Amino acid sequence: MVKDNHSHSADSVLNLRLRVWRQRRGQPGAFEEHALQGVSTSASFLEMMDMLNEKLVRDGKEPFAFDHDCREGICGMCSMTINGMPHGPLPGVTTCQLHMRNFRDGETITVEPWRARAFPVLRDLMVDRSGFDKVIQSGGFISIRAGSAPEANATPIAKDVSDAAMDAAECIGCGACVASCKNGSAMLFVGAKVTHLNLLPQGQPERDRRVLAMVRTMDDVGFGNCTNQGECQAHCPKGITLDVISHLNRDYLGARVKAFFSSTGKARRGGD
Amino acid sequence: MNLDSKIPTGPLSAKWDNHKAKLRLVNPANRRKYHIIVVGSGLAGAAAASSLGEQGYDVSCFCYQDSPRRAHSIAAQGGINAAKNYQNDGDSVRRLFQDTIKGGDYRAREANVYRLAQLSTAIIDQCVAQGVPFAREYGGLLANRSFGGAQVSRTFYARGQTGQQLLLGAYSSLSRQIGAGTVKMYPRHEMLDLVLVGGHAKGIVTRNLVTGEVRTWSADCVVLCTGGYGNVFYLSTNAQGCNVSATYRSYRRGALFANPCYTQIHPTCIPVHGDDQSKLTLMSESLRNDGRVWVPKTMADCGKDPAQVAEADRDYFLERKYPSYGNLAPRDIASRAAKEACDEGRGVGPEVGGRRLGVYLDFSASIQRLGESVVRERYGNLFDMYENITGENAYRRPMRIYPAVHYTMGGLWVDYNLQSNIPGLFVGGEANFSDHGANRLGASALMQGLADGYFVLPYTVADYLAGVGLSGRPSVDGVEYRDVLAQVNDRVNRLLKNQGKQTARSYHKQLGKIIWDECGMARTREGLTKAISDIRGLREDFWKNVAVPGTGADVTPELERAGRVADFLEFGELMCRDALVREESCGGHFRTEYQVDGEAKRDDARFAHVAAWQWAGETAEPIRHEEALVYEEAQLSTRSYK
Ligand SMILES: Cc1cc2nc3c(=O)[nH]c(=O)nc-3n(C[C@H](O)[C@H](O)[C@H](O)COP(=O)(O)OP(=O)(O)OC[C@H]3O[C@@H](n4cnc5c(N)ncnc54)[C@H](O)[C@@H]3O)c2cc1C
Ligand code: SF4
Ligand code: FES
Repeated sequence: MVKDNHSHSADSVLNLRLRVWRQRRGQPGAFEEHALQGVSTSASFLEMMDMLNEKLVRDGKEPFAFDHDCREGICGMCSMTINGMPHGPLPGVTTCQLHMRNFRDGETITVEPWRARAFPVLRDLMVDRSGFDKVIQSGGFISIRAGSAPEANATPIAKDVSDAAMDAAECIGCGACVASCKNGSAMLFVGAKVTHLNLLPQGQPERDRRVLAMVRTMDDVGFGNCTNQGECQAHCPKGITLDVISHLNRDYLGARVKAFFSSTGKARRGGD
Repeated sequence: MNLDSKIPTGPLSAKWDNHKAKLRLVNPANRRKYHIIVVGSGLAGAAAASSLGEQGYDVSCFCYQDSPRRAHSIAAQGGINAAKNYQNDGDSVRRLFQDTIKGGDYRAREANVYRLAQLSTAIIDQCVAQGVPFAREYGGLLANRSFGGAQVSRTFYARGQTGQQLLLGAYSSLSRQIGAGTVKMYPRHEMLDLVLVGGHAKGIVTRNLVTGEVRTWSADCVVLCTGGYGNVFYLSTNAQGCNVSATYRSYRRGALFANPCYTQIHPTCIPVHGDDQSKLTLMSESLRNDGRVWVPKTMADCGKDPAQVAEADRDYFLERKYPSYGNLAPRDIASRAAKEACDEGRGVGPEVGGRRLGVYLDFSASIQRLGESVVRERYGNLFDMYENITGENAYRRPMRIYPAVHYTMGGLWVDYNLQSNIPGLFVGGEANFSDHGANRLGASALMQGLADGYFVLPYTVADYLAGVGLSGRPSVDGVEYRDVLAQVNDRVNRLLKNQGKQTARSYHKQLGKIIWDECGMARTREGLTKAISDIRGLREDFWKNVAVPGTGADVTPELERAGRVADFLEFGELMCRDALVREESCGGHFRTEYQVDGEAKRDDARFAHVAAWQWAGETAEPIRHEEALVYEEAQLSTRSYK
């Protein structure tokens, strides 16, 4: 992205046309068009949206509601589909870390909420992602009461294992994977959490229950099936890869097989 | 008012154990009959809510984000301290205690800090057991890095995302309790007020940020873990929603606000680039392990490409001024040194408002010594973030950094039990004032939040509940609740009906400029006096001219913003007042009138105390109380990092 190593990247300003989604909860939505002048290329996408909203407020109109908080790519709250792409055109960044130097003067930019059955629109660009929390509540944890932990260095963990767990743990729960998938599948998100916890020695005791419970909840809250399209990986701002889905499938199958045998085993014993 | 800190008797190292043994317990069968409100789901709040849930209490937890996992703790980068001494480099509980007390410039309460150092090791155990993937060495054991203000390596980290991983750990424990039904989670709820019944904290008022519903909740006690107030500066490294409202509204209900002027300006942030900027981004302090800070020796070189400035023409000012700590000098000192260099006209980077406000953080020596891949492994995500924001590649060209507001040491006054002067109101994490004195050392806020949440509040809250017994919870239909609810509704309606033309953000920006100029890195009597009257003027203007579109009966982002800005406009004045009365320099509070050779000049005879402010009504000036800081073990000395 650095064009010139010998000077600071020069700022210029853009004039833009924006098509932004307006919607109230439970009602149909539509695009609204606005012109916005004088946007600095060093501004972030959300700062550009702030400028638009400030203008609307000064004109006595309601601003567009959108989710955001940290504005540094880590909280996972921002969630805009920009020109049809969750988090916009630049790979590996969230909406809040996308900067206006990636757009051209005179460009028309379309801004929509995440589109997925399991993420209903609450208002304008804001959606309800509580399905993700429900999946975690059903098993995305290691059961450890405060105060009952053993000494931290008692269990060495090979660096490559720990690094791989960390790779998966970097997921920020933004939902771009679901929004980019034509089936609205949450496999990348769920796979990331299962991989993180199931790779670690601490995660072993609950390995099977975890994966079974999380997959069941994932289906219950309305996420779709995975048909290996790979769009999720392409739009994940944190570089979570399809490997986590393979891991999830492997652990899930293993757990199902074990559950099957232990239940038929029990049935046999019971029948004796 | 008698400020009883309730510090237990006995030697420092035995205080917490002795105290714990005396704290009352609640019978397990009775715990679910107690309703506890925890506001906040950051490290402190999530740890407290999950731990209390694990013990069997009926807990309700609130946060303003759409999920508890997004609390601002998620953004912490560098690491968390603990006195494990895994490096065999001479660390111990006592040394962590001493570093923290000294780092805080002898303005923290000794007993609290000692307890924090003691609990630090259990935090690491807890987090590892939760599956937090801390960095490891090839042998499989935990790795450490160094942080500012310490000469040992005691900081545990997970790449540049330590806060994220710790919070996801706490969030997973919280989620487990939500799944188990002991904790009810209310995301997208903002606390707008506190309800007192018979002088005890017995409930809150919230607004549902989706439906707009304003309602009351009753409980046996209230635990606030609502984070810091750095956004009073408008531009800060905090998340957009960080606010002072929960603590400030509690202050207006009688809770004392301690040391509001103690704020931390972090030396390594990406410099301001323009007028429409909404936030500043931190570059973790850990970068100072391998980066060298410099500016050109002469102004003439400041506009040049840094590669064209010869080695002999560079001023590595931290190494020059503080040879024993060098680039790892504590934050307040490093920030002030950068400001001085820029005030002398030796700043670098593009001119903003006619000045170059930036210094270089240069990795070329480390890249030569360690290779680019090692540097990439240590800081890759930070370098990427830097490039996203500035469009510059820091492997090729030194980063530009400048100080920015980052953390607030001040907060609601609490005793050793983390209970405020209002019985039943507990305060944990950045929201309280307790452990960092006038300056916080890097990697110790995460430690404090988790110590409070996992290991202190569960004991002290139980002691309070055991004391008040089971008849303690009033009905939510009581007059006290109805009164506060009516007041909150009045305020919300007043904002919505205001026929102004100005945006809440425009007032926030103006306030931020006043606070940054007059109550930032250097403060003076004249500046603070003027700031107080300017803020009053701005506040009046706000209530006349602010525009808040929307009905409030739905998602209304401008209402949320206006409410927070209104509280900042009151709180900013309190902050300046506190800074004005504290006629000394200590830690992050630098009064230009009180210095020797450019270093802070403390006045222990007059100011070795905590200043705790009491609200006295809309028109009266607040009342300042003092809690004397008594040191049993630490030797008060002039802080030197030379
Ligand atoms: C960019 C950055 C990097 C940092 N890096 C480090 C580091 O490396 N090491 C370190 O030790 N410290 C670091 N810190 C400091 C540290 O992250 C914070 O001090 C700490 O995480 C605060 O935790 P907390 O639980 O007190 O509050 P927070 O995590 O801020 O949580 C506050 C909670 O309260 C809720 N809340 C707030 N107001 C309301 C309201 N009115 N109604 C309802 N809910 C409300 C929020 O929703 C949230 O859940 C860093 C800080 C920043 C900004
Ligand atoms: S897997 Fe990637 S896209 Fe999906 S929630 Fe996690 S970070 Fe977002
Ligand atoms: S606002 Fe936090 S990730 Fe974008």
